[in-house]
Amino acid sequence: MFKKRSQQSVIDEWQRYQAQQAKACRNPILQRFYQMPLTDPEVPLSEVSFLALDFETTGLDPRYNEIVSFGLVPFTLRSIRPSDGYYQVVKPKCNLSEESIAFHRITHSQVATAPPLEKVLDELLERLSDCIVVVHYQHIERPFLDMACHKFWGEHCLFPLIDTMAIEARWERRGWKHQLKEALGLQPVSIRLDNSRQRYGLPTYSAHHAKVDAMATAELFLAQVARHYSPTTAIGQLWE
Amino acid sequence: MEAELREIRDHLSQNPPFDKLLDELLDDVVGNIEITYFKADSIILERGQPIHALSYIRSGAVETYHYNGELYNRLEEGDIFGQLGLLRQGKVRFPVKAIEDTLLYQIPKTIFDRLCDNDSFADFVELSGSRLKSTVDESLRENDLMTTRVRKLISRLPLMVEITVSIQEAARLMTENVVSSVLLIEPADEEDSDGVFRGDEGGLWRLKGMVTDEDLRSQVVAAGVKTDRPVGQLSDGRLITIQSDESVNEAMLTMLRNHIQRLPVLHRRRPVGVLHLSDIVRYETNSSLYLASNIFSRNSVRDLSRLIPEIRAAFIRLVDAGSNAKMIGDAMSSIGRSLMRRLIELAEDELGPAPIPYCFMVHGSLARHEQSVITDQDNALVLHDSFDPQHHDEYFKMLAKKVSDGLDACGYEYCKGGIMATNEQWRQPLAQWRRYFDEWIADPDPQRLLHSCIFFDLDAVYGEEYLVENLQDMIATKARYNPRFLGAMARNASNRRPPLGFFRTFVMETDGRQHKVINIKGRGLAPITDVIRVHALAVGSKAQNSAERLRDIEHANILPAGQVDKLQYALEFIALVRMRHQAFELRNDQAIDNAIEPENIDTAERHNLKEAFQVVNNAQNFLPYRYPYSA
Repeated sequence: MFKKRSQQSVIDEWQRYQAQQAKACRNPILQRFYQMPLTDPEVPLSEVSFLALDFETTGLDPRYNEIVSFGLVPFTLRSIRPSDGYYQVVKPKCNLSEESIAFHRITHSQVATAPPLEKVLDELLERLSDCIVVVHYQHIERPFLDMACHKFWGEHCLFPLIDTMAIEARWERRGWKHQLKEALGLQPVSIRLDNSRQRYGLPTYSAHHAKVDAMATAELFLAQVARHYSPTTAIGQLWE
Repeated sequence: MEAELREIRDHLSQNPPFDKLLDELLDDVVGNIEITYFKADSIILERGQPIHALSYIRSGAVETYHYNGELYNRLEEGDIFGQLGLLRQGKVRFPVKAIEDTLLYQIPKTIFDRLCDNDSFADFVELSGSRLKSTVDESLRENDLMTTRVRKLISRLPLMVEITVSIQEAARLMTENVVSSVLLIEPADEEDSDGVFRGDEGGLWRLKGMVTDEDLRSQVVAAGVKTDRPVGQLSDGRLITIQSDESVNEAMLTMLRNHIQRLPVLHRRRPVGVLHLSDIVRYETNSSLYLASNIFSRNSVRDLSRLIPEIRAAFIRLVDAGSNAKMIGDAMSSIGRSLMRRLIELAEDELGPAPIPYCFMVHGSLARHEQSVITDQDNALVLHDSFDPQHHDEYFKMLAKKVSDGLDACGYEYCKGGIMATNEQWRQPLAQWRRYFDEWIADPDPQRLLHSCIFFDLDAVYGEEYLVENLQDMIATKARYNPRFLGAMARNASNRRPPLGFFRTFVMETDGRQHKVINIKGRGLAPITDVIRVHALAVGSKAQNSAERLRDIEHANILPAGQVDKLQYALEFIALVRMRHQAFELRNDQAIDNAIEPENIDTAERHNLKEAFQVVNNAQNFLPYRYPYSA
């Protein structure tokens, strides 16, 4: 049976990667980003500055699709400060598809006046640099950001982050109940952002606005820590 | 304002006391909010710990406790806590525990202090009772178009399309959204220019105009314009708008001045709705009290009974127009009395003049001028002491029967307890009535107490009024000097306890049990009327109306400071909720009752009702100290 690699090896890998990137990166922005020391994986959650991050994109594939907006909301275990957050619409190179417009309601004329991503990418990295990033579903934010850095600067940008969807999967899709459901061919519980939030008694927000989703992700994370972990849990335990 | 803050703002602005804040102040609150999360069963605030923020429950539920650990209150979405601690030395007064997973918005003390400069906010957060006060005062002014803000009449976001969209697409969207107007926008690049606002997604837009159903008729269909043309060509770019903070009155004047029926409403420069003239008309609808005069021109019971729909419509109009419960009670009572007078006149026409002087009197809500839309009949006859049953009773028996049957035909059901002049016991000469009252006061047993509660609200409707006044005087002078009677009445008045309040869609009992509905009359209105009656008797008040009784009680200075005000507001509010409930049922062709379902009451109203119940409960607790019972 497939065995998940241990969390310690995840931590080791990130530490190795960070050291390697700090040496290898030639782009000054990335250099600065990687020369910031990696957060000590032993630091308890209660002492960490987090940053919830969400991208809206023109589609799901980072090779062909692009970022159209991003939202950031800073928080700690104690509280979330939405008004200290940040939101930016960016102008993609390709045309917006009709479906994506319907999805996040960012229209042609809105992006027309927005700056292109390369103009604001350094600012985004700056904001990410001294926080632990929290996302819901890492397979959007991580590859899109990495792809953008690769496109503009020819170098990679990866870092440990916390994925509230992965946490949800960890707790909701395990144990005998889940296995029984699986054996019976039943639908597993949804771990999408809104469905996950409902399980913690969190309110429904209008989805698909990057900053609203970032705030929603931050709230979900607080709820997950309250239910499954503790303020003393080491941050490294949750790295993805 | 950014989208995520609007999520917060929209929620706050629906709940008291934030719903009364000026836009600017509200934005200030929202811009400073911090969000916290507590899982079920965790302690949120401990007694005595320093407190730095007001907490607003965005989702979930909490319980607050007395010093002794007893349940003080259960709060849910839209409620606030921590205000008392913030007002007093910044220490937590009532410990708070999450009973469900709870998301809180924290409003820092600096902002809270600033909010307290605002009168209605300060009233709200200070001791209980004042929150009710501000709502009741507000509803007195509610109908005033000068003070009502435009945003109150806005119920939905405006439909907006780019000017490049085709006429047909715009019309399709209007149809799909069931609206009769659409706002036209175009991208803008300069923020600080006229009509430019920031959209949800941060883009800049300029408001270019509006297209209405009429425009589509006159400029498109009638003019034979092709519907694939851009909708922008239908607007000449001139657009009259109004700020959401402006008064409804101002909106109406603007419409009249410019011969238009629709006004886009802006919050700062962002469109937040479209106000239609009909929204204002609907809001302003006047109550018609010409009804009472109409009653006297009817010449038969059947003609009178045909007025029922009109009476009910008048009731609904009064409620919808935002009248207060006292006004509605007065209006409905005067309709009820007029109806009864006319029935007596008609009966006299038929039976001939009465052989001896008499007075028809009423009891209960009609005597107190507190009638709602339905009531059963509580009436009695006081006859002159020259009454001789052998010669006179046949006449009065017939009179009583005709009136009672007539009332029934007009929607006032027969009294199930038999409190009607048709009942011989309640068709007596003055001397006998005096003996009754004398006995009830001197030697109150349960049956007599029940009678006292009913008959000691009494008023003349027709005939020789001095007969009833004589009885009123007698009660006023005798009851107050009889502590045993007052003690018994007081005990009686504490029998029916109001519930703790509402929690979610349940009625919360003081012992934590929950019910689906509450009988607002039995558990709210009757208890508070009873409490007021006891005090009124104790101070020798001859007033029948509860509000007037409260004035007499105030003058007599027998209650702790502020208590009369609280009772006044609680009474007003409970009565109003009942009336609104009944108006709702009438409007929806449902049977009229007193069963309030919490889910049908909006949040603000629930907060107030909860507080009103607490006022009644406290007033009941006070009674045994003021009027000790001796068996």
